[in-house]
Order: sequence, then structure tokens, then C-alpha cells
Amino acid sequence: MDTPLLLDDKLKELELKAVEARKLVIEMLLEAGSGHSAGPLGMADIFVALYFHILNHDPKKPDLRDRDRLILSNGHICPIRYAVMAMSGYFEKEELKTLRKINSRLQGHPHRNSLPGLETTSGPLGEGLSQGIGIALSAKLDKKKYHTFVIASDGEQEEGNTWEAVMFAGKAKLNNLTLIIDRNNIQIDGFTENVMPLEPLKDKYIAFNWEVLEVNGNNIREFVDAVSKAKSIFEKPTVIIAHTIPGFGVSFMEKDFTWHGKPPNDSQAKKALEELRTLQGRIQNEG
Amino acid sequence: MLNPKLFLNQAIFETKIDEKATRDGFGDALISLGEKNKDVVVLTADLSESTRAEGFAKKFPERFFEVGVAEQNMAAIAAGLAISGKIPFICSYAVFSPGKNLETIRTTIAYNNANVKIAGHHSGIATGADGATHQATEDIAITRSLPGVTVFVPCDFWEAKKITLESVNIKGPVYLRFTRDKTPVITSEKTPFNQRAIESFWISENPKATIFATGYMLYYALLSAKALEQKGIDTIVANLATIKPADEKTIVDLARQSGRVVTVEDHQVMGGMGSMIAEVLAKNLPTPMEFVGLQDTFGESGKPVELLRKYKMDETAIIEAVEKVITR
Repeated sequence: MDTPLLLDDKLKELELKAVEARKLVIEMLLEAGSGHSAGPLGMADIFVALYFHILNHDPKKPDLRDRDRLILSNGHICPIRYAVMAMSGYFEKEELKTLRKINSRLQGHPHRNSLPGLETTSGPLGEGLSQGIGIALSAKLDKKKYHTFVIASDGEQEEGNTWEAVMFAGKAKLNNLTLIIDRNNIQIDGFTENVMPLEPLKDKYIAFNWEVLEVNGNNIREFVDAVSKAKSIFEKPTVIIAHTIPGFGVSFMEKDFTWHGKPPNDSQAKKALEELRTLQGRIQNEG
Repeated sequence: MLNPKLFLNQAIFETKIDEKATRDGFGDALISLGEKNKDVVVLTADLSESTRAEGFAKKFPERFFEVGVAEQNMAAIAAGLAISGKIPFICSYAVFSPGKNLETIRTTIAYNNANVKIAGHHSGIATGADGATHQATEDIAITRSLPGVTVFVPCDFWEAKKITLESVNIKGPVYLRFTRDKTPVITSEKTPFNQRAIESFWISENPKATIFATGYMLYYALLSAKALEQKGIDTIVANLATIKPADEKTIVDLARQSGRVVTVEDHQVMGGMGSMIAEVLAKNLPTPMEFVGLQDTFGESGKPVELLRKYKMDETAIIEAVEKVITR
């Protein structure tokens, strides 16, 4: 299915939703007392664009046969997925408060069989693209038109399994598969280029027979345009390298790798929510 | 005597015995599954010939996926196919799958309850000349500890074929363990296979010990039972084709009949079939036991029969284990 044109009014609506999703993430993490902050905030724009504009899906029928598949490989950023799923109507927002708690459907890392609407189980890195390949191959065998999107982190490009999968997808020419890499330059132990240099990342994918697009991942229009372009490419899988700012929208978290794997405390959450409300107001008042 | 109800190979104790590889039973079954069920797909990691995936690949090329030397990728691709309605068989050597790709299998197949059949080939020291690197001797321990995974170890060609056919009737992950070399044909096409029930292949009136054996080692257990009978020691020999879920009732019944147990497997004694029997008996009927298998050591290159002798897993070792356990 083609992605519809993104009109200005819709864009503004999506930008506001992204801020709303960020606020939910902060509230969830505060309540949970553990979890990851920077990645979910950085990826809010992309998740909102996917769920509210790009994906063919129905929150009331999570197992719809022809739905587009969204695989989250770097499962640790699941708070943003949960937040956007709740906003879409997969479940009540109230349930977000159960994140990481006992008997919750919102496991600390997403579990397919716990919550309808999750395609896979993830957390251990480097496995999402392989599973996406299996799903995309199945679509080809069954002559189904759905598209498979895989979101992966930049840190998990260090996993050997990632490159096993990249090699295979290039060989199989899976044009019904799009990989979105959250290029936020941070991982647990520091900046990616210090921990394990990934550059030139684009050239690596080109060498493995992929089409490569690069966008500002915090710019919804750029991302939507890239997805439309990716879907129109035949004979190859496409990777969208989405440059994002980790912690986007919360000044003291932005670009700071120490926020990769920790939640805000009470006062930090209060400050973060203040900043996000200000951002929301600014978007509302833009022309 | 051999259980007359099971249509077993009556020539089993002859010197010249019919031999066929369990992996060939697997390969034959894959082809018939391919014909019967269009959802069956097969993946291999550069081992299509030696895992006997080749026949399926030739017949159903559109449902065969060569992933190259990449066992983690193979497991996770299979998980993706399975959650989309396919029934994938992943074929490699057991040291690599479920060895090298254990965490991938745990997360994407077991925890997802994905309908993937994991075919682990070249198991045990019976792999022989390739040496310890290629002899999977921990795979039963690995797979039986994964929640929801069914574990099958066929004793011969016919059982391998039946188990493979049966595996698609189980909705969820299944581990199938195969051996490289030709091994004695113990059963026949007519031998019934019930995945839930342990069958006694050797029965006697007044057993002094029960021998639980799995895989091709069942043959050596039967040879031992015959030799022990001549020494005046009656035994029962049971075939453990299904390691998990355990047929607890039969295990306890058979242990009760003799009061003594010996387990026999081409696998580490830690965590393998013998451990499973010990767990069941410790809970229900604590029974003196001896464990024939690898005693916390690796194998090495050599002929399978030479290795079985050196590592005390052959007929002589089984007889000694029985003689020891009955004096305890």
C-alpha cells in the first residue's frame, strides 16, 4: 500500500503526537523506576510517523493478515512503542503504568506472546533483521503485499548476526523489507565511534547490495518521504539511516550516553515534562 | 527377550546387521512432508548434503533457503517464517545449532513458541574422525532446559523418519537429534511410534535392572541385555525416543519393576537423558542409578567403536554398570 501524501495539517498533528508520546515515556519510566530514556525519546517521531501515517494496521485487529509488520530489534526502546501503541488504541494508556512490573503485558523487553500487536520478542541485539527477513520471505511465498519494517539501533550493528542478515537480505533481494537504523551515536559504554567505529556505515550497506537513504530521524516529513522512496525501490532491500538525537526534547538528556539505560528521578521527570510541554506549545503556535 | 509386540528387527543379534543412518530417515521424511504440506520449508547453513536437506532442496527449491555459514541468522529467519505460518526445519550440526545459536533459539524460537523444528546433526562421539569440535555432546542438556521445547532422539533410521513426520503435528519448537554414521536398524517400518510413551524393547520376567537408552546407543543396551541374560541377570531395556516431555509414569513403573536403573546415552552424563531420569526418580521413587555416557570430558578423533570403548560407553561398560548397580 502506498504511503499517503503528508499534508501540513497532518504533519503538525504528528509532531504534537510525538511530543505527547515523549511525555508518556517519561511518565512510564518514572513509574517503572528502571529502563531506557534516550533511545525512546529520540525515536518518538519515527514511531508516530509509522503508527499514525505509514503502517497499514488496525489496533482492534492486531493479527490482521495483511497488516504491515513492524519489528523492533533493539527491544530496550520499547517504552516508545508501548506509548504509541496505547495512543493508537491497542490498549488503554492506563496500562502504560504497569511497564516492567509483575503480571504486566508490558515486559521490560517486548515479548510477542504477552501483548497483541508485537510481532516479535526482542532485546538480545542483532536478531530483529533476521526475523524480519523470515517474515518478508513468507510474504513472498504467500504472494502477500504487506511491507516489513525493522527498526534497529546503531549499537547493534556491532553484532555478527546483523551482518549475517544484511548479507542474506541483499542476496534474496527483499524489496518488501525496509530497515530503519536509529543512528543516535550512543550505546551503553559510550559513543559508538569510540566503542566500535561503525563508519562508513552507508558504504557498508552499499557493499552488501542494499539501497541506502539517510534522513534526519527527528524530521517526520523527511522520514515519511524516505519510506515512500524505499517502497518504490525494486530488486533490493532498503536501509534508512535515521540520524536522531538521543533524548530529543529533554535538554539535559540530549546526546548524553549516560541516559542510554537509566530512567529519570522525580525532579528530573518534572523538568523533562516541563520542557516537553513548552515544546508542545511552540509547535501549536507555529504557523 | 525382544518385545514381540513391537515388530523389531529379529536379526538384531546377528553379526551381520542391516545399518542405515538416522539422518537418512530425516531426509526421506522431509521429502514426504514437502509433498504433503506446502507450509513446510527447509533452511540450512551450508550443510545441505550432510544434513540430508538436499533431497528436499532439489524437489522444492522455492521452499528451500540456503543461508550460508550463519547459524544465528538461520534460527531467527526460521522464527520469522514460523510466526508467519510456515513450518521451518533448520538443518545444521548440533554443535552449531543449538550450540552456537543457543541464545537466538532461546529468544526467537523457544520464548516466542515459534513452530520451528531444529534438526541437530552429527551428535555424539559417534561423529568420529572429525573430532570433539564437531561431536555434539551437550545438545540434549541445552534443548531440554528450554521451556516448551520437545526433544526427540530417534534410535534408528525408521524411528528417525517417524519422529520427523510426527514433529509437524506438534505446534511449537521441536529438537531432533541425528547421528552421522550408519547405525543398526533396530525397528521396522511397522514398529508403532507413540511420542508420549516409552516402549520397552527388551523385556524379562524377573528384571534385576532397568536400562534406559537413547539414540543408537539402544543397540548396545540390547546387546548388553542379551549378554547379561546369558549370565543369569535379567533386565529391561527401554527406548527413550522422547526426552521431553518425559513419560514420568512409565519411567517410574519400569524403575519399580527392577529397583535398579542404568542410563545409556552418547552425550555428557550431566544434563542429558540420564539426568532427566534421575530427576523423575528422585521426585517419585529414589532408585540406585549408574550413568553410561561422557563423564565430563570431550571426545576426540577416532572410529565410533574405538571411541565408545575408550570412553567406557560400549557394551562392556553397560554390562559393568548393570553389575555394579545391582550390588548397591
